[in-house]
Amino acid sequence: MLKDMMSSFDLQLPTNVADALKILKKAGKDGWVMGGGNDSLTWFKDRVKQPKTVVDLSGISALKGIRVTADGVEIGALTTLTEVVGNATIKSKFALLADAAGQVASPQIRNTGTIGGNVAQDTRCWYYRGGLPCYRAGGNTCFADTPSAMNREHTIFNADRCVAVSNSDIAPALVALDAKMVIQNSGGTAVVDAEKFFIGPAVDITRMTVLKSGDILTAIRIPNTWAGATFYFEKVADRNVWDFPLVNVAAAMKVAGGTIQDMRIVVGAVEAVPKRLRVVEDLVKGQKKGADVAKLAGKAASRGAKPLNFNHFKIPLIENLVTRAIRDA
Amino acid sequence: MAYNLIGKDFTPPDVLAKVTGKAKYAEDIRADGMVFCRILGSPMPHAKVRGIDDSEAKKVKGFIAILTADEVPSFPPPNNPILNNEPRFVGEPILAVAAETETAAVEAVNRIKLDLEPLPFVTDPLESLFPRGPDARTNGNVANVRLKLQQIKWTAADFAKAGDNTLPTGKPAEQWQFGDLDGNFKKSHLVLEETFVTAGNAHNSMEPRTAMAYWKNGKCFLHGSAQSQQFLIFGLSRFIGIKPLQLVYSGAFCGGGFGSKGGPYAEMSIPAHMSKKLGGRAVMMRISREEEHYIGKGRPGFQGKVKIGFRRDGRILACDMYIVHENGPNTGFWDFRNAGTSFSIVFQPEAMRWQGISVLTNTSVRGPQRGPGENQTAAAMEPIIAQAARKLGLDQVAIRRINAPDNSARIGGKQGPVTSAFLKDALDQGAKLFDWDNKKKESGKRNGSKVIGIGVGSAYHAGGANGFDGLVRITPDGKLHVHNGAGNLGTYSYAATSRAAAEALGAKWDNVIIERGDTRKGLPFVLGQFGSNSTYTQTRTNWVAALDAKAKLQEIAAMDLGGAAGDYDVTDSKVFNKADPSKSMSWANAAQRAIALGGKFSGKEMPKDLNPITKWATASIAGTGLIGVAKDKLPKKGVVPALVTAFVKVEVDTETGKVEVLDHVEVADCGTAVHPQSLATQIKGGAVMGYGLALGERYIYDPKLGISGSIGFHNAKVPTILDIPSEMTVAHVGKPDTSNPVGAKGVGEPVQGASAAAILVAISDALGGHMFNRVPVVPDMIINAAAGRPQSHKPLAVNTQ
Repeated sequence: MLKDMMSSFDLQLPTNVADALKILKKAGKDGWVMGGGNDSLTWFKDRVKQPKTVVDLSGISALKGIRVTADGVEIGALTTLTEVVGNATIKSKFALLADAAGQVASPQIRNTGTIGGNVAQDTRCWYYRGGLPCYRAGGNTCFADTPSAMNREHTIFNADRCVAVSNSDIAPALVALDAKMVIQNSGGTAVVDAEKFFIGPAVDITRMTVLKSGDILTAIRIPNTWAGATFYFEKVADRNVWDFPLVNVAAAMKVAGGTIQDMRIVVGAVEAVPKRLRVVEDLVKGQKKGADVAKLAGKAASRGAKPLNFNHFKIPLIENLVTRAIRDA
Repeated sequence: MAYNLIGKDFTPPDVLAKVTGKAKYAEDIRADGMVFCRILGSPMPHAKVRGIDDSEAKKVKGFIAILTADEVPSFPPPNNPILNNEPRFVGEPILAVAAETETAAVEAVNRIKLDLEPLPFVTDPLESLFPRGPDARTNGNVANVRLKLQQIKWTAADFAKAGDNTLPTGKPAEQWQFGDLDGNFKKSHLVLEETFVTAGNAHNSMEPRTAMAYWKNGKCFLHGSAQSQQFLIFGLSRFIGIKPLQLVYSGAFCGGGFGSKGGPYAEMSIPAHMSKKLGGRAVMMRISREEEHYIGKGRPGFQGKVKIGFRRDGRILACDMYIVHENGPNTGFWDFRNAGTSFSIVFQPEAMRWQGISVLTNTSVRGPQRGPGENQTAAAMEPIIAQAARKLGLDQVAIRRINAPDNSARIGGKQGPVTSAFLKDALDQGAKLFDWDNKKKESGKRNGSKVIGIGVGSAYHAGGANGFDGLVRITPDGKLHVHNGAGNLGTYSYAATSRAAAEALGAKWDNVIIERGDTRKGLPFVLGQFGSNSTYTQTRTNWVAALDAKAKLQEIAAMDLGGAAGDYDVTDSKVFNKADPSKSMSWANAAQRAIALGGKFSGKEMPKDLNPITKWATASIAGTGLIGVAKDKLPKKGVVPALVTAFVKVEVDTETGKVEVLDHVEVADCGTAVHPQSLATQIKGGAVMGYGLALGERYIYDPKLGISGSIGFHNAKVPTILDIPSEMTVAHVGKPDTSNPVGAKGVGEPVQGASAAAILVAISDALGGHMFNRVPVVPDMIINAAAGRPQSHKPLAVNTQ
């Protein structure tokens, strides 16, 4: 198939959520929600996804901006990553999110990329992105799950026919911060925990999130639960800009008198969903924050990993990043 | 030597257009009634086209025509075909479709149904060399330039003898040897034997190879993207099926080539063929980023083995090198040969054997990429040299210095001479600039998970050619026109080399006009802009043409003002009597006289030994001024070596595998710096490309599907601005090469190899001498090595992640 030329579609630019939902309902399966357009336009230009109706949300001002609420902050889904990085409240209370957002892609992409788009982005599995008719694309096989496949970026946990991973840098931070995702559709509004927002192939092999056709992610709420905690975010990628993580880690810790009172720690790019490491969380609670517990946590983090071709390195890398998250935070 | 222009900075005339966006690249060209064509590439790595169903394509509104392989000239295998009914790599153009709009062309292409018969394919050369292994072509698995297409299979015993982790060394396709190899290995105090792999990688030029063509009055007008100008004409006209003089080629700007657009290439003729089919209507063929990945040629990879014998003081007594070269499915390029040549010059072994075989694979088509073969060799060999230094207890610079070439150096299997070599000077200068003696004390210094490593590495590429033509013209307005047939790769050497003509004539630079970028401008035949040759080659051609013009100025002055030609000299805009400067004639008047005199003075007559293209160019401007035209017959005894050395300090994070280059010094032995600013840019740009070679860029193929996983700037892992240090120190030795009239020689290619080599040596140093024997070294390899875990790849695996 010849790529790099978009096929035609009907472009809709609603100015409010209600209109957007109406258009999406009418378009049904042929509808496509577009935020900043970075992921969408890549799909369209490659002609792998060819929706008939594209609903560009950029004209809906209600979806933009960061508001301080009674119990935290609410970030409109169309808020750019650059705004998230520079927002004073986010920086002072939820620096984990600012750090993660600052690691996404490149300054140019962060200027147009939205927080909603980042968490709703599709996986980067190169077989799937190349347009192969795999499970995730509605087919009946996985081209990446073969004895000789090139799996460097693929999963080490819980492969289920599909071996793709969640590539978002924001997602682990949101799960660590116990964020709530606000979803609207023609039936009303639902609020979903970030941890449950992301779904693996066992739930639905064609989606990365709970968002279904006709849904719009309108906002992300960050409760004050972890405000001002000790945070650690690190992303390891091949390049220092414009790259997806090989593995990333987001951790929020409450430390008092050198002892870890509570912690949430999440790693990305090792599974189809951001992987919350509950074993590590349990293990460190009540322990002195230091090199020993950090090392033990690292070892616990990789347990159960099943590497594929060329991604064995993710085991020491997840161990090292979890260790650093506890040791160096 | 003191020069007026050579060695001074200036602003090349095309800079303004580039920084203001006014430069017209092939894709920017428009013509009345222009239509668009797009190509349909093969979805399979090797297949036979049994049928093409275009019935649905024809229904697309705006569809005009389809062009198939049967309608274009074919060339003897293994040449790159224009269109192909037996595609041998994913993305190989099968056919092209023209439509009124590009959208319609793409839609029509996507509606074509191909009936393909899959054929056996191979992505790993060793698989093809194994008895009964798959061949990339139905009639052979080994070929290269000047190496005929043939089938070579090694024996099962060859493979069994080597085992899984050492390169088997069956029958080579080519070899050479000099010196007493066995005797010198016996004399060696230390012998190292290593198997290594270097990955192939795409060029990723910013501008894909878009082309536009139309026909008028029996001539084909073609706008393309190429490094070269007049060098293209013979080959390109053959692709189109016309005589060279029927081709009008324009290519004033090129958005990067790095070797991939050095010579004529088959795809450039597709819009010309389509246009002919449409009665001459202009046809634009845009090439996408993905298509450029497939057809844009790429660097071949190596599976290699080397055995090196060292004297106690580090002197290399013997080298035995074997290169299995991954060539793509067609003619490819001779990187494997350059591997042997470059080792022989950089390390001056007393005895050496080189063996090589160029194996065909069903992967993207290959061609030369910056330092083809030399840079892979530098990157693979320098860590081994570093290992020898460690084992012998020698300083890393000292072991390189004792082996480095000087003016008495010999090169290649025939051990021919070189025109000049100052690599020892470059090492000394670099060590001083880098503060080697102090920095080496930091080797292995730890800061948490981070470790410091120090590295040095050198590289070579031939840096100049001879025997081409120069053409200058002085017009009746007194201007000096330098007709430059080189091309404009983006290095600005077309402008820098034009200054040699101005220098020879004493012209002021603002009185010089460079004619370039279009065959209609009367451009001489010179070598293409590749192979680090332009600076050397074209300073010679422009120099000899200018001297011819100077002689004619002197003759005219003697004719009109009395005396002998030798009584006259030439300076800025006039020719004057040396004894009596009041006797003088302006260039403007001399040009008028040349036109009136005709004959050789106005270009109506010209030397017989000129290339036909130069003759035609001269004839096209004859009678418009005083013509200086000559073939470069200046003496040149030996290969012109461009040599570069780099010094690097890195910090390696052993927990994340990340490498940060903290210091980078690079010193070139490139003779006289013709244009210092451009030289510095060349060194830095090439050095950055070395970061890609050392740390990330590589072809990735799924061996079961034959598809590529490294398409596009993101997946190709081209280095970004944040992956390089904010400052680099660059310098040049500055000792002139006396075989060049201004002392210059090339520099463009080894700057990358030296950079990559020094980085890899430094990483190895940080990890206590760990040998990866693989290029590039990526974070996962460092993480595994630091954690004491095995690597995911087998030592000989190619196209891996």
